Amino acid sequence: MNLLGKLTWSAIPFDQPIIMGASGGMILGILAVVAWVTLKGYVPYLWNEWLTSVDHKRIGVMYIVLALLMLLRGFSDAIMMRAQQAVAAGGAQGYLPPEHFDQIFSAHGTIMIFFVAMPFIIGLMNFVVPLQLGIRDVAFPTLNSVSLWLTASGILLTNISLVVGEFAKTGWVAYPPLSELQFSPGVGVDYYLWSLQISGVGTLLTGINFVTTILKTRAPGMGYMRMPVFCWTALASNLMIVAVFPILTATFAMLLLDRYLGFHFFSVDAGGNAMMYVNLFWMWGHPEVYILVLPAFGVYSEVSATFSGKPLFGYRSMVAATMVICVLSMMVWLHHFFTMGASASVNAVFGVASMIIGVPTGVKIFNWLFTMYGGRVRFTVPVLWAIGFMVTFVLGGLTGVLLAVPPVDWQVHNSLFLVAHFHHVIIPGVVFGVFAGYMYWFPKAFGFTLDESWGRRAFWCWFIGFHVSFMPLYVVGLMGMTRRLQHYDVVSWQPWLIVAAAGVVIIFAGVICQIMQFAVSIRHREQLRDVTGDPWNGRTLEWSTASPPPAWNFAFLPRVAGRDAYWIQKTLARAKQVQPAPRRKYEPIEVPKNTPTGFVNAFFAVVTGFALIWHIWWMAALGAVGGFVTFLVFAFREEEEVEIPAETIARFDRAHPAEVAL
Amino acid sequence: MRCVVLALALICAAMVGGCSEGVLDPKGPIASAERLIMLNSLGIMLAIVIPTILATLGTAFWFRASNTRARYMPDFAYSGRLELLVWSIPIMTVILVGGVTWIGSYDLDPPKPIASAEKPVRVQVVALDWKWLFIYPDHGIAAVNQLTIPVDTPISFELTSSGVMNSFFVPQLGGQIYTMAGMVTRLYLKADHPGTYRGISANYSGAGFSDMYFKVDAVPAEKFAQWVAATRTNGSVLDAQSYAALAKPSQAVTPFTYRAVAPDLFNGILSNVGSVVQSGDPLCFASVVSQRAEK
Repeated sequence: MNLLGKLTWSAIPFDQPIIMGASGGMILGILAVVAWVTLKGYVPYLWNEWLTSVDHKRIGVMYIVLALLMLLRGFSDAIMMRAQQAVAAGGAQGYLPPEHFDQIFSAHGTIMIFFVAMPFIIGLMNFVVPLQLGIRDVAFPTLNSVSLWLTASGILLTNISLVVGEFAKTGWVAYPPLSELQFSPGVGVDYYLWSLQISGVGTLLTGINFVTTILKTRAPGMGYMRMPVFCWTALASNLMIVAVFPILTATFAMLLLDRYLGFHFFSVDAGGNAMMYVNLFWMWGHPEVYILVLPAFGVYSEVSATFSGKPLFGYRSMVAATMVICVLSMMVWLHHFFTMGASASVNAVFGVASMIIGVPTGVKIFNWLFTMYGGRVRFTVPVLWAIGFMVTFVLGGLTGVLLAVPPVDWQVHNSLFLVAHFHHVIIPGVVFGVFAGYMYWFPKAFGFTLDESWGRRAFWCWFIGFHVSFMPLYVVGLMGMTRRLQHYDVVSWQPWLIVAAAGVVIIFAGVICQIMQFAVSIRHREQLRDVTGDPWNGRTLEWSTASPPPAWNFAFLPRVAGRDAYWIQKTLARAKQVQPAPRRKYEPIEVPKNTPTGFVNAFFAVVTGFALIWHIWWMAALGAVGGFVTFLVFAFREEEEVEIPAETIARFDRAHPAEVAL
Repeated sequence: MRCVVLALALICAAMVGGCSEGVLDPKGPIASAERLIMLNSLGIMLAIVIPTILATLGTAFWFRASNTRARYMPDFAYSGRLELLVWSIPIMTVILVGGVTWIGSYDLDPPKPIASAEKPVRVQVVALDWKWLFIYPDHGIAAVNQLTIPVDTPISFELTSSGVMNSFFVPQLGGQIYTMAGMVTRLYLKADHPGTYRGISANYSGAGFSDMYFKVDAVPAEKFAQWVAATRTNGSVLDAQSYAALAKPSQAVTPFTYRAVAPDLFNGILSNVGSVVQSGDPLCFASVVSQRAEK
């Protein structure tokens, strides 16, 4: 018996210079960071303050760091794909052989959805939701840390696949029968499945945590109809996570049973049926789109209201639209496969149902428009992202409704028209949204604003680059070019694909501008310092506390008197000419104690996942036992909270008078 | 603003550019009808989308903080009339497009026969790794990566796959449909004009996928008869044994034909899926074919 299962030296692609170069660079980068942290003596700080932290703000920041790093990885994949398709025309094969190209597009989709968009959105929710609700933490802080580190485990496994073995060559949807052992005997699909199973558990736990937090723990006076819209969208998003991530987990579990134990859920023989997988996958997959885009809509709502100096127009409509989308999104999954031969009635019903989602989405667009109407719009970078989103997204939505018409879908399904469409909604919808949120809440997290001029440059590069990249894909899609082609014989497609590749270069310039913005802002942080805690003249409670907020968020839980709670407080304070509030009696506050549970558990999750991928059964058992023991140790902990003395809180409040003034 | 103009210009360019080939240059009634639905839906939606884009940009510009002439209404957060408007505009748009969708889904349902005086030509399609097999059961011939059809005659397709899922798609003739192992999907297409069209697989199926395209020759009826007669005179016979050889994965296969096809081969492929691919045992396959024949 082989102790290392299927793992041998041949798993490492020494003969592939591109892969070895990329992974070598990645490993060197990680080593350099580790060495720097160690030499500077930051390890204890990093361990005590960040890696073991259960503070929702720190967890949020770590989620976003993960997302930004993986954005670079997913974007490199995009550059390689666009470059390949720009050259591989006529008889040319390009520079990527099919087995490599097929991994790249599969990894690009998987990474961008699961490891960029999801962690970014969850990171923003982590940071913002408790602050907006006026509370001190999420309902289950340690569980939150476990979620973060399980997501990180999935990310690590996916990246290990670059060096050891291979990633899936099935596309990010991994449809069987192609993803069955018979047609994909390698470890690629196993990497895909186990990475997503592990991170999917983390996401489900996040969903449970946030649904509980939003439903059960809000500041006194904050009724449902006083919650900021971002919290409403977070609620909708997490309700969907709780509803549909189990479907994904169960579906992948069935595929794993097929692959590992010879079951026949989705196989071509013995009564298996791949159509079941396709249905189940999209029962998760379509709501997933809204899991991502609804919180981004929440960001736009906050940004448009704050920078227009006005409350959000049509708050009740906005809430209704959000919840209508939340429910409807689970009833339209079939539009991802009108081409699978369903009856005319089924296609027609799902086509019309899909369009109906356009109604609440359209309402949202009009409401943002009327939020600006009568306002004083400050064209900060978040507003640029928001307006860029609105004008771009309506066209992306238009092509989406076209795809919801079954006879049109039969003609452009799986073509580059489809690829252009979903990038046309996800990039302006989700990516612009999280970038707006990143700039908007950055000063809250770190106490200084981000540089505006580099932010503007980044926006324009992204905005123009997006259109130059994806508009040509609509054209070649209509010309009959299907997706996932490693090379093609129709030379008339090539000029369009060269333009698309040029667009990616422009987006790349945007990414460089964002890195510059980050570096320049850190350099000029003293000039950009915000001591008020409220740099944008905000409306919601997160702006009422110091920047960065203390571990306890609020020394006194805010009393909420209406929507835009902080705006009301400020208006009242101005009207009454209130002087700095009378001295209040500070009381000690208990905050949850940091714990390495999440981090250690994630270590065992990676070990187990890796062992299962390579069929190293003893190691898988060891990892599973390790994970369980970690939980036992946590379950028998003696103290779970630390008390912050009243003097510490009082001292902090005197140093940061913003909150006290009200 | 200039980017929106650029975007619109590119979309218009898409229309012009796409007119020489692909789905915007239909050569049959199904593709024409589908293009019409696409353009109608596009028109309905552009009527609302373009004003929305302009209104967004106009509002943002006029209400910029530095514009002292713009009226500041810091409490303007609700208006019943506007709410009615913002809900009814998208609803009306969806009703229009939804109507188009509903009718189109029934009219153009892929398995719905095309009304015609001509008797449909039957073609059985098998997606293999990574090539297309076209069986003409009524003519007893077959071809690989080459589909010859008579113009002005409905073609009745029955489609399946030897293993992984593919999608049969001739953009200029009409919409695509998946091919799945052990199952039959149905599709009717018709060519109005003689010509050579491109057919592809529109669902990624593995390493050889990029070369999994085929040539569709739409020829006048008499030429089609000549082609059938010529095909019957040369090439090999497609039976269980040669099918098993053909089903083995291969890439970028040059088109060729079979002069004869074993009867009921398509049903054999359907019922015996998996084992042929796995074992490649022609005897086992042949026995299943004969069992079905007995039934």
